[in-house]
Amino acid sequence: MTSFFTTFGIWLSALFTISIFSFLYKDNPLYKFSEQVFVGLSAAYWLVNIIYSIMIPNLFSKLIGDFSGNLILLIPAALGLMMLMRIHPATQWISRYPIAIMIGTTAGISMLRYMKSDILNQVTATMINPFAASSTGAVIGNILLIIGTLCGVYFFYFSKKQEGFFAVPSKIGIWFLMISFGATFGYTVMARISLLIGRLEFLLGNWLHLIK
Amino acid sequence: MKISSSTERKIIYSVLFIAVALPLLFPIGWKTDVSGYTRMAYDLIEESPDESVVLISFDYDPSTMTEIQPMAEAQIEHAFKRNQRVIATALWPMGVQMAEQAFSSVIKNYPDKQYGIDYVNLGYKVGGMVTIQAMGRNLSEVYPADQGGTPYAELPMLKGINRLKDLAWISSLSSGTPGLKEWVMVAGDSYGVPVTGGCTAISAPGFFPYVNEQRQLYGLLGGLKAASEYEGLIDRIGPATMKMDAQSIAHLLILIFIAIGNVKAYVSRRRVAQ
Repeated sequence: MTSFFTTFGIWLSALFTISIFSFLYKDNPLYKFSEQVFVGLSAAYWLVNIIYSIMIPNLFSKLIGDFSGNLILLIPAALGLMMLMRIHPATQWISRYPIAIMIGTTAGISMLRYMKSDILNQVTATMINPFAASSTGAVIGNILLIIGTLCGVYFFYFSKKQEGFFAVPSKIGIWFLMISFGATFGYTVMARISLLIGRLEFLLGNWLHLIK
Repeated sequence: MKISSSTERKIIYSVLFIAVALPLLFPIGWKTDVSGYTRMAYDLIEESPDESVVLISFDYDPSTMTEIQPMAEAQIEHAFKRNQRVIATALWPMGVQMAEQAFSSVIKNYPDKQYGIDYVNLGYKVGGMVTIQAMGRNLSEVYPADQGGTPYAELPMLKGINRLKDLAWISSLSSGTPGLKEWVMVAGDSYGVPVTGGCTAISAPGFFPYVNEQRQLYGLLGGLKAASEYEGLIDRIGPATMKMDAQSIAHLLILIFIAIGNVKAYVSRRRVAQ
């Protein structure tokens, strides 16, 4: 037998779903209420999550369990406390140091990774023999890949005025960019419709039991 | 008769609601062709050796589960079919629950699969890229115990699995950051482990360039359509397949709306010009 709380949860969820959908008709108190409940719940959820999933297992438990063995953890703990100094205007300047360390380490870690994955490997992937592919379709695809990459990059080359002959690759680049924007729009529509399908499936299935 | 733009909008919403709801109530059963990206992801799992240990990272939360949960279930089922053993991890806190739901849904058809021997849920870890980097060096240091508190060393399927390099493949099912991109950058590009994955349709165009000659990404499942394609490849009538009729009808309707909107704009521009 379905428990009372499961049924109650489904009805509550259905009510909030309909309240949010009601915005499509016009702004109304039910929508506003649902929106504010969502914001409040999200904030509370993240606070609890940070305490129980991050702070306790990674800091407090380790320090309580073996303080002398985890002395190094006092450094991030101190940096965290320094970050909280932002709350008071008089001590706000202290938070600049942990922010500086965060930016520095993040930039250092990301720089090499992005350089390798997003620049070197991506450029290498276009340095191919287009005619080495097994099928005609793949050869055409490879040629389009090379032309699209070169013309797309050329479109963003601003050091020389793009006119006459030099405007041709730029125009081809625009075509490639437009096609990619169209594809992105298509995928966006697909994602939004999927969300709608998910909610309607919940309303018609879990709530109203109309879907077999 | 002149219809205001606000009324037009309400008509569009209503028609769209009906168009999506009807195929959910009365399925049509349209077939979906398999794309090269989905086939590539399928081939990676299909061609990996039996008994190998693999990792699926649940980097999403309930807001995108309509699109991504069917991928998770399909990949777990495919791995089970191939007798591969699955490690679940999460870079998103709610990914843990998503993994539990996916396993409990698939395990109904595989009652012989046992926790700790055929699959394990290591849970959530904060840190994104840095965490993956640490997993590349030593998995048990990052995950000293599984989600239920069982120590890493006591989980039979993890014997001999010390770092990412010991895995046959990794799949990141991702709806944002940290997610698939971090796995590609660290696990794929730095440690050389084959990485595949799935994402929401909206982020798929951003990941397609990684499916290239350099094999940064072995195929990609982008959105509900790819999930249904994958279900088709493993002969599974799953949640994605059942939703594709609604998706197709809605797309058709949007195409019609775009055509009507363009004709209307053209006519009104001509009227103004005259």
